[in-house]
Amino acid sequence: MRRWLDPVVQLAGPSLLVIAVGLVATTASPSNEVYFLNALISVSIVVAIYVFVGNSGVLSFGQISFVAVGAFAAGVMTVPLESKKGVLTTLFPVLRDHTIGNLPSLLLAAGLGGLFAFAVGLPLMRLNGLAAGIATFAVLEITHNVLQQWTKIGPGATTLSLVPESTGPLQGTLGALVVIAVAFAYQRSRLGRQLRASREDAAAASGVGVHVHLQRLWAFTLSGALAGFAGALLVHQLGSITTEQVYLELTFLTLAMLVIGGLTSLWGAVVGALAVSGLDSFLSQAEQGVHVLGHKLDLPSGTRLVFLAAIMALVLILRPTGLTGGREFRLPALRRRS
Amino acid sequence: MILGTLDFQTLSDAVGLGAVYALMAVGIGLVFGVLRLVNFAYGQLVMAGAYTLAYTSGWPTWSSLLACFAVVVALSLAMDTAVFRPLRGQSPAVMLVTTFAISFLLQAIALIVDVRDGTIGEVAPSLSSLNEPVTIGGTEIRKITLVAIGVAIAALLVLALLLTRTTIGLHTRAAAGDFQTARLLGVRANRVIAFSVVVSGLLAGVVAVMLTVQQPFVGPDFALRDTIVVLVGVVVGGIDRLWTATLGGFTIGFTSGLINGLLPTDKTVYLPSAVFALVILVLLLRPAGLFAWGSRTAPERV
Repeated sequence: MRRWLDPVVQLAGPSLLVIAVGLVATTASPSNEVYFLNALISVSIVVAIYVFVGNSGVLSFGQISFVAVGAFAAGVMTVPLESKKGVLTTLFPVLRDHTIGNLPSLLLAAGLGGLFAFAVGLPLMRLNGLAAGIATFAVLEITHNVLQQWTKIGPGATTLSLVPESTGPLQGTLGALVVIAVAFAYQRSRLGRQLRASREDAAAASGVGVHVHLQRLWAFTLSGALAGFAGALLVHQLGSITTEQVYLELTFLTLAMLVIGGLTSLWGAVVGALAVSGLDSFLSQAEQGVHVLGHKLDLPSGTRLVFLAAIMALVLILRPTGLTGGREFRLPALRRRS
Repeated sequence: MILGTLDFQTLSDAVGLGAVYALMAVGIGLVFGVLRLVNFAYGQLVMAGAYTLAYTSGWPTWSSLLACFAVVVALSLAMDTAVFRPLRGQSPAVMLVTTFAISFLLQAIALIVDVRDGTIGEVAPSLSSLNEPVTIGGTEIRKITLVAIGVAIAALLVLALLLTRTTIGLHTRAAAGDFQTARLLGVRANRVIAFSVVVSGLLAGVVAVMLTVQQPFVGPDFALRDTIVVLVGVVVGGIDRLWTATLGGFTIGFTSGLINGLLPTDKTVYLPSAVFALVILVLLLRPAGLFAWGSRTAPERV
């Protein structure tokens, strides 16, 4: 098999999977559609996190702050003018008196996310290991605290509502595809390869001339931009959002998705996001009773989280390298090529 | 007036919070020392202890305390056998994320157990008499603050003796320094790990007792916030050594208490921002830990 086919297959695998989910979403009933949209947005967020965490090997708990910034920026700016003046009275006048469309709001969220990540990453990317993890976590705490309290830039501790629900199956799928394509292009690029080299051996990489801090900063910025974009997709799906929805729980869940799928590959990020959100959706159906292979499965209510957490822990214990083993997608037949 | 007044009350509350966090930091640092595993589910050990206190509040106080310690230590050992042991030697990210999952699992189980009576949250009132204030030198201090400080000092002293004066303590310190070499020299891995896990469980029990006095209302997310703050403190202090980790735990508790007292009332909502901005600053200036001497700058190359 030709070598040029490898990258095509690697990109096609996750893309086709996402397209398949999007297609199923269009046929699902309105009440079930939300599960597929959740899955698509999870893919966007997890791939955004993967761009930094997967490529650099540095754990970050801060990427959800960029999701939060993107979600609130896109949300606040797309609330229709006539309702905005009544609901979001405390905003800065410039934010209160202007409203933008769906596509500009997605771009705005990506831009703000990237800008914020660059500003934060500039000092923080010098850190390694746990110190980096804790410092990025501190960023999440500060972002959450400010978003929750500062009512001049957003709704504060109350719910931001009346956001146009423009993320349907089409926007969800296209959004996820864009994020995947950007992530793939980055990891194949010169910059991405330098960063991945530093992940395997930071000292050796800097020995051959890789500027590790700088490479991490680029990845952090790109990851922030994609996370902001994913946040905009999220707020346009939900229609209303609070700061608690883009905070600790989402941070832990999306990181768990990434590690369960396989930390070091794009395929792993996509598979992990889809597997965990699929399992979550299945379990919430099962709480109401569902038929599987002729058997009726009816979980007691409230047990969804128990099963979800137990299965996640089990997968990690039995398969610590993740479902994909951290490898990119390959066609089974290609394996025999040596 | 930009700052509130720094009075003795604020100071003693800050020291009390620091003392409790120091104990949690030891519990987390001990396990990290031998297993290189950041146990995010540590707070759920404390939560389990707090629920035990709540459900046994009708019992005599001593038996309620005993039940609390028994449950926490048993859970700690179970966690080691079922989760930590299969994960030994895995990458830090995998171990940490697995303890996230365990933390979720225990919270979800607690929620199911808890809502059987139709409400979320139970009250653990047995030791609440400790909340009464005593007057020392004209200032009122809650008894629990004094008890927390006393218990923390006592527990740390006992632990210091255990670690420096007993064989198992010596083995534990050796294993924390270099696990492979310690094993080659005849230190039994499983014994050392079991020791650390049991001690860390006992400390979680102590923390559960002291936290329930301060916040008698126990829910599934009991001690979750405290664990996160302590984890931050441990890394800020320097997670590689037990003493620096403990000091880190104390410092973040003390600092939070202090800033909380010093910020004017209408600005206390920004307390997390102030604390975490300090955290970032310290990490940037001293990435190996605030109290770590002789920083290791370059990665080791053999």
